[in-house]
Parts: sequence; structure tokens; C-alpha cells
Amino acid sequence: YIHIINKADMAASKGLKILVGCKRVIDYAVKVRVKPDRSGVVTEGVKHSMNPFDEIAVEEAVRMKEKKLAGEAVAISVGPPQSQETLRTALAMGIDRAIHVEIPLAQLEKLQPIHVSKLLAKVCESEKPDLVILGKQAIDDDCNQTGQMLAALLDWPQATFASKIEPSQDSKQLRVTREVDGGMETIDVSVPAVVTSDLRLNEPRYATLPNIMKAKKKPLAKMSPDQLGVDLQPRQEVISVEDPPVRKAGAKVESVEDLVGKLREKGLVK
Amino acid sequence: MQFIRPVLHSQVCTSARPSARQFLQKLGKSCSFSLNSSSTRLYSTEFFPINDELYGLTDEQKQLRQTIFQFCQKELAPKAQQIDAENDFKDIKKFWRQCGELGILGVTAPTEYGGLGASYLDHAIVMEEMSRACAAVALSYGAHSNLCVNQIVRHGTDEQKSRYLPKLISGEWIGALAMSEPNAGSDVVSMTMRADKQSDGSYVLNGSKFWITNGPDADVIVVYAKTKPEAGAHGITTFLVERDSPGFSCSRKLDKLGMRGSNTGELVFDGVRVPADRVMGRLDGGVYVLMSGLDIERLLLSAGPLGIMQAACDTAFQYAHIRKAFGQSIGQFQLLQGKMADMYCRLTSGRCYVYSVARALAQGSRQPMDCAGVILKCAEDATQSALDAIQILGGNGYINEYPAGRLLRDAKLYEIGAGTSEVRRLVIGRAINNIYKS
Repeated sequence: YIHIINKADMAASKGLKILVGCKRVIDYAVKVRVKPDRSGVVTEGVKHSMNPFDEIAVEEAVRMKEKKLAGEAVAISVGPPQSQETLRTALAMGIDRAIHVEIPLAQLEKLQPIHVSKLLAKVCESEKPDLVILGKQAIDDDCNQTGQMLAALLDWPQATFASKIEPSQDSKQLRVTREVDGGMETIDVSVPAVVTSDLRLNEPRYATLPNIMKAKKKPLAKMSPDQLGVDLQPRQEVISVEDPPVRKAGAKVESVEDLVGKLREKGLVK
Repeated sequence: MQFIRPVLHSQVCTSARPSARQFLQKLGKSCSFSLNSSSTRLYSTEFFPINDELYGLTDEQKQLRQTIFQFCQKELAPKAQQIDAENDFKDIKKFWRQCGELGILGVTAPTEYGGLGASYLDHAIVMEEMSRACAAVALSYGAHSNLCVNQIVRHGTDEQKSRYLPKLISGEWIGALAMSEPNAGSDVVSMTMRADKQSDGSYVLNGSKFWITNGPDADVIVVYAKTKPEAGAHGITTFLVERDSPGFSCSRKLDKLGMRGSNTGELVFDGVRVPADRVMGRLDGGVYVLMSGLDIERLLLSAGPLGIMQAACDTAFQYAHIRKAFGQSIGQFQLLQGKMADMYCRLTSGRCYVYSVARALAQGSRQPMDCAGVILKCAEDATQSALDAIQILGGNGYINEYPAGRLLRDAKLYEIGAGTSEVRRLVIGRAINNIYKS
């Protein structure tokens, strides 16, 4: 599936159409507890909110609209009925409309990035965005796969761990600065493309009350995986989920020599 | 006295309240592998959850609470301890601007002046979450947004509203209200500040006001003075006074037990000239402005002790489940379970009362009995809950590194300001008498 943007100068065009992914995850401040049967973590009655990296993605889309780089920003969430609250937050931050791909409760626990990326790819076929921005990873599974898989499925270029997105020098592409282990890498990608947001891309705004009220009137469409023709058969089986081992006490040393000595003792250095 | 060294993780201290952003930073820079490291999970349940379903809040109100909670926990809560220690909120101007951007300095003001045009319940939710983060700054916020801004909204002429509301709501100006005097607190209508009419129609104010929240910092002040001293209560008029008026000064900032950081001052009016178009409401009709304003003030401020009760639960409940004694967390001992239950019931019932009265007020039904009742109940309950929080924290509750002591000192104010508990009881008692008057 190839969709090439014919607009020569991005600045002069109506602006990019952006699709932003938002995931509803357990709130970062909650103390996560493993279920007694070790099949997963307790989610019932636990506070959930939008994945922090997705908030950054939403903020970037709204800023691109404000800078007139983007014309329309659409938020999408794949999840249970409560994902609508997550979408409403995105709408309150300035997104124009939202799409909710509702996953039945029975299939929710076994949903994996491969399924989500296939669902998103299907939505891209009909929505035809110029840019998809996703959070680089979700704070519940830390997979860091959906963005990359989506780009592969669509055969679009990808720019992951973005800390800056701007038009390229000739305004025909996007210049993305990426945070990689070695430092910063700047690449130009042609649109349509998939970008995943990293921490320093921006600082998300607060949803103000007037915007929260405006969000009520913005359209929120519902879809099902069946409508999109995507099979949610799990590819992985979770065997057990356990608490991390209790951290053992360390030992304090008085000097660097002691430290090196101890490391040698344990055979960690030669 | 044997001071027990804090054995808890530093999370229980007031200072570090990480936001989502700081949480992500702790996960590590742009590492793409999992850093959900081990049991050094720093985030226990730091906040006692609020069940918004119980209170019939709309989805927008729930989102509003979320926004204000996040904003205040990030911008205000980390500074609360320092503000209390220094008796000063150095960043107040910056914070006021941020509040202005969120629109919360004029929750009940019309949108044409930059306000939100929202209800008293929305305002109470904002006040509650701000008070949870820092009760002192919330008090200043309440004085600005309700005592000053809302009074102008209710009684100001169009010209007065256009002149004062935009900058008060954007956060460029700080507002205050001055009625009490050194010799007139509960008996406020016995005030002696004079407003003498001049030949050109203006008024000259002479006298002083005491215990004025935001007094030292305010740009605009709603002032009550006697235009007709011989008429007693019916000789009071409301004026709008600007800070740079010649003869106006704040003689001193008061050193208080609590609410430190909410600057309170003595205001001196030495021949302050106020033009005729700065009279708000009817001449000599100020008592109506004052008394009806007091009802709304009581309702809105009752969200202050509500926030303090919530903060008391946040601090004490978490502590009770981390602190161990005799082989288990102290929260599992019956006597502490009882205390926590009492704190919970005070908080929840208080919230129900505040929200109900706020809703009724928003629909136009103002009952002095309930406005007095709600702050009477919440204030006394907040003091009790703060005492319980100190007790649950034990020796640590007695150390100023922990917030419990500050919660108590802040809570006590609410039994005094906006009408003492005694006056509130009088108001309610007399209202009941009235019902049975033959």
C-alpha cells in the first residue's frame, strides 16, 4: 500500500493529516500488584490514564496544527470501552476527532502490538493520514514495537524516538531528530511516515475546562476488529507474571581500591 | 523525647511528588529496553483515591479535577513545605499567570472577560485540589477568585467589570477583599472606616483593615466602609480601590500560625480618594453585598478544609501501610483502622455536603444556613483529621519534615476566617428560630 503525497511544498498545502495513537494504561503513580494466580497484574478498580508517551504524541500533533504544518489531527485508541475517556482527554488537548477500536474484554488481555499495528494499518487505509505519531512505548508492557511494525506493514518510512519534528530544508519532507544510544541522529523522511515520540519531544499541555467542554461536541467514531477484518488470535502465551525478586542488600566500600578489590573477588573484573 | 529516624523511603516526605514526566525520566533516557526495574518501584499509592462516581460529577468535572490535580501536584505541591517555612510564596506572580492560562482565576466569571462561565461546583473542585496541594496558596486563590473576582462579577457595573476583570482573570493582577478591622471581626458591621463624600462626588477613605488575605500583594481591593456611620449596618458602601492610590499602604505582613505563604496584612487608608464610579452596588447598601458575598465565600472556602482532609488521608494512609511495628504495617492495627475510618467518613460526608450546597447555589438557591453549615462542619472536621494524621505518623508527625503538622496549622484557620465557628452556629440557630417564628 503506497500513498505518496503530491504536494510539493508542505507549507503551502492544506497541511498534513495526522493520526495519533493513544493507549489507556495503568496510571504511572499506581502501585502495580500481581494477581494471586500469576496470570497478570490487577487492573480492576485501578486508576488508568493515557500512556505518558502518547500524551507527548498528542501534544506534538496539536502543536503542528497550531504551527499550520498540520490541518487535521485524529486520535485513535485500541482498547476496552473505557478507552473513550483516554480519547476525550486527547480531544480536550486539541485533537479534532477520535476513533475508538473497541476490543471485547475477553480478547483484551491477549492483545499484542502485532494486532494493534494491523488494526492501525487498516485504519490508515481508509483515513489516509500523512503522518502517524505514536508513543515510543507503553508503560505497561514496554514493548516498543507498534510504531515499527506499523511502518513495516504499510511500507512507510519510520522515525522512532523523535525528540524534534520539523519540515526538512526543502519543505518536501520531515526532518526528525532521534535520540539514540550514541547521541542524536537527524534524518529526513518522506511522508507518509510513522514517527514515535520520545520524552523530550515536548511537554504536554493541561486540558483546560473550556477545551474539556468543547471536546464533548467533537466526533468520536467506534469500530470493531471484525469490521476492520483483523484476526486477534494471540501469537504468544503468557506463562506467568511474577514480582521482581526482592533487592538484596549491597555492601558499602570506603575507597576505589576496595571497590576494585571486591569486583575482582567476585570475578567481575580481571 | 526519642526521635525516631525516618525509616521510610523518601517518597513519604513532602518534597518529591513526581509527575508523569519525572517518572519517565527515571525510567532512563531514550533507552529502548525495558527499565521497569525491580522493587525499587518508587511509586506506592501516594494519593488516596477519590471515587468521583459517589458525587454525581459530570465527565467534564471529573476531567477538570484531573487537570487541576496534575497542575497543582506538579507546580505547587513540591513547594508547599518551603512556602510554609519561609512564610512567602516567591513564585506567586508566575503561578498566578499559569492559573490565568488555565482560566481558573475566573471560574464563575463570564467568558467575555476571560472567565470560564462555569458553576460554583466547578470552582469548588478547583479550590479543593489546590488546597490538597498547598492550603495556604489555595486560600489566597480563593480570596482572589471568589472574594474579589466573583463579587465584581455579581455587583460591578459593566465599566467596572471591563476595567478590572480581564487583568484579574489573566493573572496579571492579584485581588483582595477588605471588611474586617482591628476592632471589628465577628462584629464586622460595627466597622469604623469612614468614606466621606467630597464636593466632586468622590469619596475619601480613612481607617484601617486587618487580617486581609492578599493584602500585601493586591492590585485591586474590594473595600467596605461607612458612608453613613449613624445608620450602622445600613450605612456601609462597597468600593473598588487600586493599589497605587495615594494614601493607601500595607503597613505590615502578619506572622501567622498557619496558612503561611498566604500573605495577610494590615491595610491603612490615609485619605485615600476613590472616584464616584468606583462605588460598587447601591450607596449605603453594602451590607447586602457583604452578607450575600459571605454566604458564597463560605461555600467556596469550605472546599479548602476538604482539600486538607484529602491531603491528611493521602499522607497518613500511605504512611500507615509502609510503617511497620511488631511485625506488620501499623495500618492493620484496629486502633489505626478506626482512625482511618473516621478520617474517611469525615472527608466523604464533607464532600457530599459541599458539592450539594454548591449545586444548589449554582441553581440559584442560596441558603445562609447551609453555607454556614458546610464550612462549620468541614473546618472542624479538617482540624480533627489533621490531628489524626499527626497521630498516625506518630513521632514523624511531630517533625516538620512531614506535612502533617502544617495540615493542622492550616486547617485551624478555617474555623476562624469567613466567620468563626461561633458566628456560624449563631447564623444557623437563628435561621432555625426563624422557621418557627409565629
